[in-house]
Amino acid sequence: MKAFLLLPQRTASSGIRRFSVSVQAYRDKNIAIVGGGAAGFYTAARLLAKTQDVNIDIFEQLPTPYGLVRFGVAPDHPEVKNCTTKFDQVSGSPRVRYFGNIQVGRQLALEKLRSAYDGVVLSYGASEDRKLGIPGEDGVDGKWGVVPARQFVAWYNGLPEAQGLDVDLKSFDRVVIVGHGNVALDCARILLTEPSELASTDITAHALETLRGSNVRHVEMVGRRGPLQVAFTTKELREMTKIPALDFICDRDLVASECAKWAEWLDASRSLKRMMDLLTKHAVSAGHSGRKSFTLSFLKSPVEVVPDQAAPQRIRFQINRLEGPVDAARAVGTGEFVDVPCGLILRSIGYASTPLDGAPFDGRRKIIPNIAGRATDNGELVPGLYAAGWVKRGPVGVIATTMQDAYRTADAVIMDLVHSQGQPREAIDQMLSESGVLSSCVTNAQWKRLEAFEAEAGQLTGKPREKVTNIEQMLNIVK
Amino acid sequence: MYRGPVATYQRKAQQQQQQQRLWSVQQASRFTTSALISKDVTVTFIEPDGNEIQATGEEGTNLMELAHENDVDLEGACEGACACSTCHVILDDNVFDSLPEPTDEENDMLDLAFGLTDTSRLGCQVLLTSDMEGMRIKLPSATRNFYVDGAKPSHH
Repeated sequence: MKAFLLLPQRTASSGIRRFSVSVQAYRDKNIAIVGGGAAGFYTAARLLAKTQDVNIDIFEQLPTPYGLVRFGVAPDHPEVKNCTTKFDQVSGSPRVRYFGNIQVGRQLALEKLRSAYDGVVLSYGASEDRKLGIPGEDGVDGKWGVVPARQFVAWYNGLPEAQGLDVDLKSFDRVVIVGHGNVALDCARILLTEPSELASTDITAHALETLRGSNVRHVEMVGRRGPLQVAFTTKELREMTKIPALDFICDRDLVASECAKWAEWLDASRSLKRMMDLLTKHAVSAGHSGRKSFTLSFLKSPVEVVPDQAAPQRIRFQINRLEGPVDAARAVGTGEFVDVPCGLILRSIGYASTPLDGAPFDGRRKIIPNIAGRATDNGELVPGLYAAGWVKRGPVGVIATTMQDAYRTADAVIMDLVHSQGQPREAIDQMLSESGVLSSCVTNAQWKRLEAFEAEAGQLTGKPREKVTNIEQMLNIVK
Repeated sequence: MYRGPVATYQRKAQQQQQQQRLWSVQQASRFTTSALISKDVTVTFIEPDGNEIQATGEEGTNLMELAHENDVDLEGACEGACACSTCHVILDDNVFDSLPEPTDEENDMLDLAFGLTDTSRLGCQVLLTSDMEGMRIKLPSATRNFYVDGAKPSHH
């Protein structure tokens, strides 16, 4: 018997030339997306549209998908939620699987996802908020103090973990909101709109009842800089001017002087100019007694919250002046202070993301460090790890912004898939089964059942849906 | 709108059915004295990469719908409710000038659009008229400044 050996051969130029036979079996690629909100769904949509052979598994910690589209967008802005039609088309694709009720980092480690999938996209958004960092912020014995606007919004929008918020709107008539963004305006609008106008929205029944019994008549929205540095947009400001029998108050002299001082720059800034025109047209310098009021306050930084006999608390502000160029103005304290007696105080100075076990995190900017969506760790690219949405860019921007951002991340994923190192679908499914995901997840079909339940319940009271606000109840309904 | 292979097929099948019905109505109307048929208008969409797509629609169709019916790469997150800026299109000067002014609501949304120009409109708010025959509609390139390091851009 002749043995046939394959012997390594030496070549002149390099060492040993090895003979090897490897057949790379063609297989579909698999991507995991952590976070089933707008960023996650738009990333998935782009992957579906631009590839034929990429499967996507979306992991979402809540049973319900859509993220802030469900829990952040105001109940009286239902058209904004039309984007969920596209999200549903994504979940309905045979290449997409939705795993709700699964918290990555808790019952499913990120490392497991990274070794099983060809790429993992982190799109879990921002679940916390920035604190003011002032004495009295946490109240006395857990009562009063400053409530995050994020939590107030989550409360009236039915986020399960926010339902325990003790919202008292009866024992005072004045609310102060710190922050000049759209979330602050949403809160002001919900507090000042006639509750009967909200009755046909998907605001929770409990929030509606609380608002019906509210005695709040005055909301003051305070920012540390001036009218030309606000972060909200004209649409939301315009809505405040349309609330009937409401005085829209601001310092008209300040608006006029700022507009005059920076007239040339303002002329070149279409959106801000339109906003200043709106303010000039609608705002009054002082309210009328007996009428509800919304006051837009400028140049005040909060320094302390103290209890007050009557109000039942007071928030102290330092008055600021502005220094520097108009598009990078700095608030500088003047040493003068003013006290505002009030009841509820909301802080609305920004959401904040939290770190995920196993992923790099920029503790200062509170985002996943990245270069155009590819995650980095100390400047080095982390292969196969990506970020999309607020956790990538910071908690700024509307749904359209997040859409474009997610598309750019998806494009990077697609480019990199050539070098992917994931497992075949069977191995992934085994991993998911072993970690208990398959047994405890809420599937898309189950979510649809919950959605139908909520729609039916809403029909009884003329609302688009009556949200289920308790996770156990959700699971009972779908399982 | 997301249009996977199956959805496109269904949409095209629907379109064909609609056109067949319209054709039979058109045939029938030849024998009536008043023809109540909307005129068809043909326009050209120009995608960001230069790709041109001709599209024909009935008068009264909005430009976003027309784009979607013809697989033009135009988004429409809020589905025509004037609550976003993703169907933003750029029109010819003369067409833009001939249109009625945008409402405050549309202008508020345009404020936030990427690559806004002097002749920008929301596609969902512009309805086809026979005057628009042959007009060219540019899609803006989505090159809005996405700072890679999370820096905050100046006001919109």
